[in-house]
This record gives sequence, structure tokens and C-alpha cells, in this order.
Amino acid sequence: MTNATELRSGAQILCEALIREGVEVMFGIPGGAIMPFYHAMWEYRDRLRHVLCRHEQGAGHAAEGYARASGRVGVCVATSGPGATNLVTPIADAWMDSTPLVAITGQVSSALLGTDAFQETDITGITIPITKHGYLVTDARDIPRVVREAFHLASTGRPGPVLIDVTKDAQQSRVVPEWDVELDLPGYQFFSEPAPHAVHAAATLLAGSVKPLILAGNGVIQSGASRELLALAEATQVPVITTLHGKGAFPEDHHLALGMPGMHGWVHVNRAIQECDLLINIGGRFDDRVTGKASTFAPKARIVHVDIDGSEIGKLVRADVGIVGDARKVLRELLHTVAADAALLREGGRDDGRFRRRAAWLAEIREMQAEHQPRQAYAQRAHTTGLMPHDVYAALDASLRERRHGVRVITDVGQHQMWAAQLIEWREPRTHITSGGAGTMGFAVPAALGAALACPDDTIWAVVGDGGFQMTNQELATIRQERIRNVKVAIINNGYLGMVRQWQELFEGRRYSGTPLSGPCFARLAEAYGLLGVTVERTEDVGDAIALAQDHDDAVVIDFRVEREANVFPIVPAGRSIGEMITAHEPNDRHEQTQTFRT
Amino acid sequence: MKHTLTALLQDRPGALNRTVSLFRRRGFNIESLSVAPSETPGLSRVTIVVDEPNIDRVVKQFTRLIEVVDVSETASRDAVERETALVKVQPRGVSTAELTTLGAAAGARVVDTNEAAMIFEITDTPDTVATFVNGMRELGLVAVTRTGRVVMPRGAVPLTIPTTTVPFTSQADGASDDVAA
Repeated sequence: MTNATELRSGAQILCEALIREGVEVMFGIPGGAIMPFYHAMWEYRDRLRHVLCRHEQGAGHAAEGYARASGRVGVCVATSGPGATNLVTPIADAWMDSTPLVAITGQVSSALLGTDAFQETDITGITIPITKHGYLVTDARDIPRVVREAFHLASTGRPGPVLIDVTKDAQQSRVVPEWDVELDLPGYQFFSEPAPHAVHAAATLLAGSVKPLILAGNGVIQSGASRELLALAEATQVPVITTLHGKGAFPEDHHLALGMPGMHGWVHVNRAIQECDLLINIGGRFDDRVTGKASTFAPKARIVHVDIDGSEIGKLVRADVGIVGDARKVLRELLHTVAADAALLREGGRDDGRFRRRAAWLAEIREMQAEHQPRQAYAQRAHTTGLMPHDVYAALDASLRERRHGVRVITDVGQHQMWAAQLIEWREPRTHITSGGAGTMGFAVPAALGAALACPDDTIWAVVGDGGFQMTNQELATIRQERIRNVKVAIINNGYLGMVRQWQELFEGRRYSGTPLSGPCFARLAEAYGLLGVTVERTEDVGDAIALAQDHDDAVVIDFRVEREANVFPIVPAGRSIGEMITAHEPNDRHEQTQTFRT
Repeated sequence: MKHTLTALLQDRPGALNRTVSLFRRRGFNIESLSVAPSETPGLSRVTIVVDEPNIDRVVKQFTRLIEVVDVSETASRDAVERETALVKVQPRGVSTAELTTLGAAAGARVVDTNEAAMIFEITDTPDTVATFVNGMRELGLVAVTRTGRVVMPRGAVPLTIPTTTVPFTSQADGASDDVAA
């Protein structure tokens, strides 16, 4: 960087501030109000890579994918007006999924603010409900402090998106930057260290429990607490369930791993929740997709809720013990506190029967699993000779097992997302990345390109429905232009907006209103973008196609044309108790039969 | 159930906007809101009367705002509560002199008067202010401006105390071990 006392434009200062925060890549699209920043960016291009996306939504999701795969702050850039409003969806997505994101937008010159100038929108106002914080910068001298605060806010405590809106004149004006600035955030506090009495109370509940469960959420992954979680589960012999965002926090091939709860959770997992006497939620927020009707959730259990965001504790599900803190630190403290229990287990002879009863509890859950799970996965198998989506997941899962490391999967939103969560065995943190809270269709392809840049040595699978794919498939051009070779797109193509269609089938008398969906030939579309496109229609070709994609030294798009009316089972109808699951449905029978399971 | 919250808010553009937006979005019903500079430069004191059964939830959400330095709930028994109202009256069925006497008996003083209307100022507990305002309705009240409730705890208890700046941790320090996985 240049002489510290030299005059610099706000745009140059912004570049240097980003480099100081460790930013190496950002995703964006230029426009009038952000042009000074792009002008300055050119000087720093060897240290600060800019990836030109085809739509700002793509840029935002790419930054999210980068952040979720790497654990670092993702950065996206847009101009004022429509550029900024196109970022609203990924910002909302990052807000719902607690993804560290800094969004930089250009704004009209400060003299024009509030005059309805060309491409002026109040993006700081628009994003208030969906950002952790937002800044409108009108003075270049504020840039070093604002950038530093923004990255601090985005990445600490409960991570989230922060907006920096910079007026054009602030980018252009020349000042001597003052880098040695203090954070001015007297109102920002988060508590990483748990209160000892709360940890002690949780450990006491655990010691007295014979049917305990751990529910691991996004917080375990965000705080890097997988090892601690494994240690606690093993030391106490407590089975672990993982939320959609907790997938990968705990190895699913472990004898204590149960799978996913909630709307599309396995019968044995939801049953275990309804039967457990203690539920320890670590870093999950009791989303309604997990709890079903919250008042009927875990009726027999004491609840321990661990969250870095105190406002989550007691928000939706009562907590008998609330622990505000970083998941990793809480788990370490808990481990330390339950060490005596663990010693008992190891010595065996001094076991007071508690661990034997916990083993019986696990056996009971496994029995339920053996009875229900195999049927759930292939519920419609008997009625089709075509390619089932489950066959694609089986092959992907086999491929992931074979590679063991270095493969990550980004999913979009819908049926294909739930199948991926259910049917692939997740083992490592940050290998399963999806849009959970906001449920943003169009997330997968751009997020995959961001993840591919964060992890250039890994294979990044984007598993996406034909609906979501068509929302952001223009980012294939970005993948091509940037020579991002490690993205492999698997389209689970059923010619429907499948999850909505499934609800219409199950709950609305099969009135397929607005859900049948056509598209181009996706393989030829990929070819038009200069990428390899493959179409798979037969079960026996799935494995070869996946192997080809893995080995091909460039991005690949595979169009898996699957059975059109396959369903995700089990399903808990929205607003119902997770004890009421529909486990199968036979739409081809003359008399429709719906099998339900009630606990 | 009504609760009185006081908070210190950084005097920054958008801070009040964020506050009001939060209350709207979470469905917390604001009965009155008062904002003015506090004893500390750069910090405004906000007094919000909110009608919400689960006040703990309001406090937790309000505390999450970055510009909010401190939030506390003030119970009326532990604090002095006051509200000021300016009440414009065009006397009806009473003389100006009678009205002035009535006002004085209620603790209100006349701060402006002419042939067309007179203006009372009253500062008292919110209930007393409300009683006075209602009483004036029959006597020719035409407009009222109320400040909303402000509070101050009794004794040595400070109202809200700014917390100290959090230590800075860089992104690298906070990075997880799983990044390389």
C-alpha cells in the first residue's frame, strides 16, 4: 500500500480497508453510483479479486456460498437503486441463516440524497429488518472505521449481514485515511463465555437423564465445535440429531447419530424427540420446520437451549436452562463438568445403571428406525420403472463416501433439498450448505460458485431442482468466464415445482395449480454456456454420469430426468405436531391411501 | 400489560428508524415514545411505553440493536414518572378567568392566552395529565400535545449506564478450525 500520509480517494480507501480485513474475493456488478469503487479496484486487482456475476442476487448468494464454505466473511457489491434492491434477497437469506456477509452498495451523491435522483433507493432503510446493522457513508474519512466495524459485526457473536452504502462523492473525495481508529460500538455486546451456573444446571439435568438427546444446529458449525460435540456425545452416550443447518456438525456414520428432525425428519428422530426426557439444543433456533406445532414439541422433556443470541432462548420453545454463549465454549465447559459422569462410564463397574438405561434408549430408537426408515426412502418405488430421485442421491452418497474428503454439496430449496438432507450421509462441517431459514430458490448455483472459489481444491456439487435452477442459471456464464472448474451441477428435474406439487397432491386434492414447469434442454443450455452438459434418464447411467462429472476438469451440468411425482416422506403437515407424520401415500391407487404415524 | 422501557441510543442516523422498525416488525405495540439527548454527549435517552405481555422478549430484541447501549425496564413504584401536555382551549360555557382558576387547581398553568384561545401547560403523572385533558374536553378543548411518559428511578440508582467498548477481535482470530476441513 502507498504512503500513509498521501491523499486517497474514498474508493481507494475502501479497497485498502477490505484488504486489511483479509478480503481476497468479492462478487458484484458495477453501475453508475459504484463506478469510482470499480475504478479504484483495478489498482488492487492482484490482491482483491472481483468476480462479475450476471445478476446481483447471484453475487449475493455467491458471497454467501463463499462465507458458508470458508467460515470467512463474504463480500458482495452492487450499484444503487435496482443493483442494491437485487441484493435484498441474498441479504435476507444471510440474515435468516446467520451468514457473515458484508454488502457494499453505491449510493447517489450526498447532495442528491432524498431527491428521488436517478437510481436512488433508500437501501439502508429497506434493509433495516434484514441486516444486523447498516451504514450510510457520506464522508470518505469514515470508511476505515465503518469497514472495520462492519466486518466485526458480521463475523462475531451471531454472524449476519451488514450493509455499507457509500455515496458516490464519498468514494470520489480525496482524504488522508486514518487507519488507527477505534471501534465505536458501545451498544454491541455478545457473550461467548457461558455463565458457570447455567452450565452447571445443564450438567445436573444431563446427569439425571436416562432418555437424553442432543439437537445440534448451525451454531455448532459456525463456532467450529464439531470435535467438542463428538467428545460430549461420546462421553455421555447421548444420541445426536442434527437440524438442516446442523448437517455435518456430527458424523452421521457414528453410532450415536440419528439424523434430521422436523417436517421431513425420520420417524425415529421425531419419535425420539417426543419421548426424550432431556433435549439439549446447541446452536439451533427451534425453527417451526424443526418443531412443528411448538406447544406439542418434546412434551416430556426438560429443555436446555444454548445460543450465542440470548433473544433466541425462550422465543419459541420454553427453556428450562438457557445458556448464552459460543457453542464451542459451552461444549468445552459442559465436557469439563460432566467429566465425572464420563469416568463412571469408562470404569463400567461403578455405573449406577444410568448408562445402561441410555443404551436401552438408543436401542429403542434404533428399533423404530429399522422399522420405518428403509420404507420411507423408496416409498413409491413399486409404481415406477423410471429414474427415482433417490437413485441419484444413492449414487452421490456413494461418490462422497468413496472420496471421503474434498466434496461439498450446495442445495437449493424444495424436494431435492430435503432428499439431499435425508439420503446423503453427512460427515464433515461446512460440506452441506443450503438456504434454510429464508428458503431461497435460486441459491444453489451462485452459492456453489462462491464455495468453489473458497475451496478451489474441492468438488462443489450444486444439487438443484429444475425450478430453482431456472431462477439463477445465468450464473453459469460467471462460472465459465471465471474458469471455475470445480462446480458440478446436478439438476433433479421433475418438470414441476415439486414441493408445492407434493403439498397439492397431499393436501389440496391434486389440483396442480401453477406447478407444472417446462424448461429448455439443460444439457444444451450448458453447452451454450461453453460447459459440458449431460442428460440422464436411466437409473443405470447415474453412477457413470456422476463419476464423469467428478473427473471432468471443468464445470458440468447433469440433467437428471426423474420420476415426476416422487414425494418426500415422511412429511409433517404444516402447523401439526411432529408426532403426526405422513409416511407414505399411494396416489396411483384407485382409493388414495395415506399412511400416518402418530406417537 | 403496559411497561416502561428506557434505553440509551447512539445518536446516529437511522438509529430511531431501526428502533421503530423493530417494534413494528415484532408486533410490539408502542403507546408512547420520547427521545431526547441524555447526560452523555452522543447518546439519546429513549423512553418507550409498550403494551406487550412478554416484556422480556421486547427487551431482548431491543438490546440486539447495535446502537442500543442499554435497555432497562422501570417499574412505576421505583421511579418518578412524568408527562407534559400543552392543552389549547377555546372556553365554552366558562370564562377565561374561571378556566384559569380551574386549571391552577389541577396544577396546570396558563402559558399563552388571547381572545381566540388559551394554552395550558401541565406536568404531572401520566394519569393526572390524562384526567386534566379529559376534564378540559367539556370546557372547549381544541388541541392537545403530550410528550409521552418520561421516568427517573428514585434514589441513587442510575437510569441507564453506558457499557464499555468491546475489545476488537479480527476475523482471523475468530476463524474456525473447520475452515480447512
